[in-house]
Amino acid sequence: MSDRAVPDPSPASAPFWEATRDRRLVLQWCTDCDQPVQYPRSFCPRCHGSCLDWREASGQGVVHAATVEHRPERMGETEHYAVVLVDLDEGARLMANLVGCEPGEVHVGAPVQVTWEPLEDGRQLPLFELRRG
Amino acid sequence: MSRSLRGAAAIVGVADACSPTGELEHFGRDLETRMVLEALEDAGLGLADVDGICHAQSAMSFAEYLGVHPRFTDSTNTGGSSFEVHAEHAAAAIAAGVADVVVSVYAATPRSDRKQGRSFGRVPPPGPNPAAEWEWPYRLRMPIGPYALAASRHMYEYGTTSEQLAEIAVSTRRWAELNPRARFRDPITVEDVLASPMQCSPLHLLDCCLVTDGAGAFVMTSAERARSLRKQPSYVLGAATCHDHMMISQMPDLTTTPGAVSGPAAFEMAGVKPDDVSVLLGYDSFTITALLHLEDLGFCGKGEGGAFAEEGRTAPGGQLPMNTNGGGLSYTHPGMYGMFLIVEAVRQLRGECGARQVEGADIAVAHGSGMVLSCMSTLVLGSEATL
Ligand SMILES: [Zn+2]
Repeated sequence: MSDRAVPDPSPASAPFWEATRDRRLVLQWCTDCDQPVQYPRSFCPRCHGSCLDWREASGQGVVHAATVEHRPERMGETEHYAVVLVDLDEGARLMANLVGCEPGEVHVGAPVQVTWEPLEDGRQLPLFELRRG
Repeated sequence: MSRSLRGAAAIVGVADACSPTGELEHFGRDLETRMVLEALEDAGLGLADVDGICHAQSAMSFAEYLGVHPRFTDSTNTGGSSFEVHAEHAAAAIAAGVADVVVSVYAATPRSDRKQGRSFGRVPPPGPNPAAEWEWPYRLRMPIGPYALAASRHMYEYGTTSEQLAEIAVSTRRWAELNPRARFRDPITVEDVLASPMQCSPLHLLDCCLVTDGAGAFVMTSAERARSLRKQPSYVLGAATCHDHMMISQMPDLTTTPGAVSGPAAFEMAGVKPDDVSVLLGYDSFTITALLHLEDLGFCGKGEGGAFAEEGRTAPGGQLPMNTNGGGLSYTHPGMYGMFLIVEAVRQLRGECGARQVEGADIAVAHGSGMVLSCMSTLVLGSEATL
């Protein structure tokens, strides 16, 4: 998409965005309560611990909630795109676009996997596509 | 230890401005001032009596404009629920003797601003902004997108249907038919809602609130002083607030709002049960918003909001009169609608509502929802008989 806002990393989230350069999805992890911390922070909002690490995620998850945006374009065409909340298998929830499918295929509960869209600065934006078959 | 606010303070003056055209002549501080003066006049008070100012942007600059030097000040902004929060804070301040007469005010004129090309400058939030990093790249349309996501989850978990959501819009419009000041008064059907253009699935155009100019104010004082004033007081019986997220991707449970905390807490303070409520003013930015309130406030069980909304249960003559002014869906919605919930609650308790008056209304609930189902604030108001 051409008119995307480019994500501006915070000090805490820099490792997330660095890993996307290699198309790797990583999650900040609290080693005290052994759960992901999304979004990345300087401490764990669940147990208030500060032993934080980074872990590789599988990139697989399930659509938790979904909407198809019907956005009227200037030339009269309606643009459709899906925005979803994805529950990753590791337990973190991410917002993303669901791409590579028709609006009628966008369903809550659908299994999905991560895919990537290059950003101009070499980072990649995580998106999701349906796991088919 | 928590101290109850029950019966300590009362709303004694209200005012609101809106128009069937959706546009108002005045705007900004001028409009706000008109509302404050009108609400004070309604109470039989004057500016000289005011020692507390609540304003969702800047109580300081508004007090300067008014020439008031308040000892109680509150610029809390929780989005649409700001005014219920102001009412709670004002009641607490009055109960503690920190203030005597508190005014809260709101004015916004998005329709006229657009037409006239007026812009007031938006200040970006201080960074780093998590929403800019984790949500904005995905172009979720605001404010509707988060509500569409919540609706999709509610449908998935509980089988709620678009028809059931539409019932809320239809019942609310039936109230608007009875209100000559409402923006839209023509009857609509479930089919009309479903046939209106899809915005963000599963929400159609007629599942969405209006965008209109609008303004309002309320005046609160101690119960003792209230009794000597012009109008019948609306006593604060209970008030409670809770917020649990700012971004929809951080909402702990998309089908349960923090109203499940604020609602029962306010009802407990008031000593009332859902069955006791004469009128519910439940913030209806979208049909799904109102449906979630029905569940979280305990008018029905979790997941049963869709079925509850059927058969005109919230319409005129129904079991639970809801949004009797026509709501954000049909009356007015300038962006932060919570002020209008309070104004209508007070008018219902006073019996000032004409054709839409709920007979014998003695307990009215104003339940505000702010940001993206983020901050809920519940205000239970009652007539003298309920003390
Ligand atoms: Zn932890």
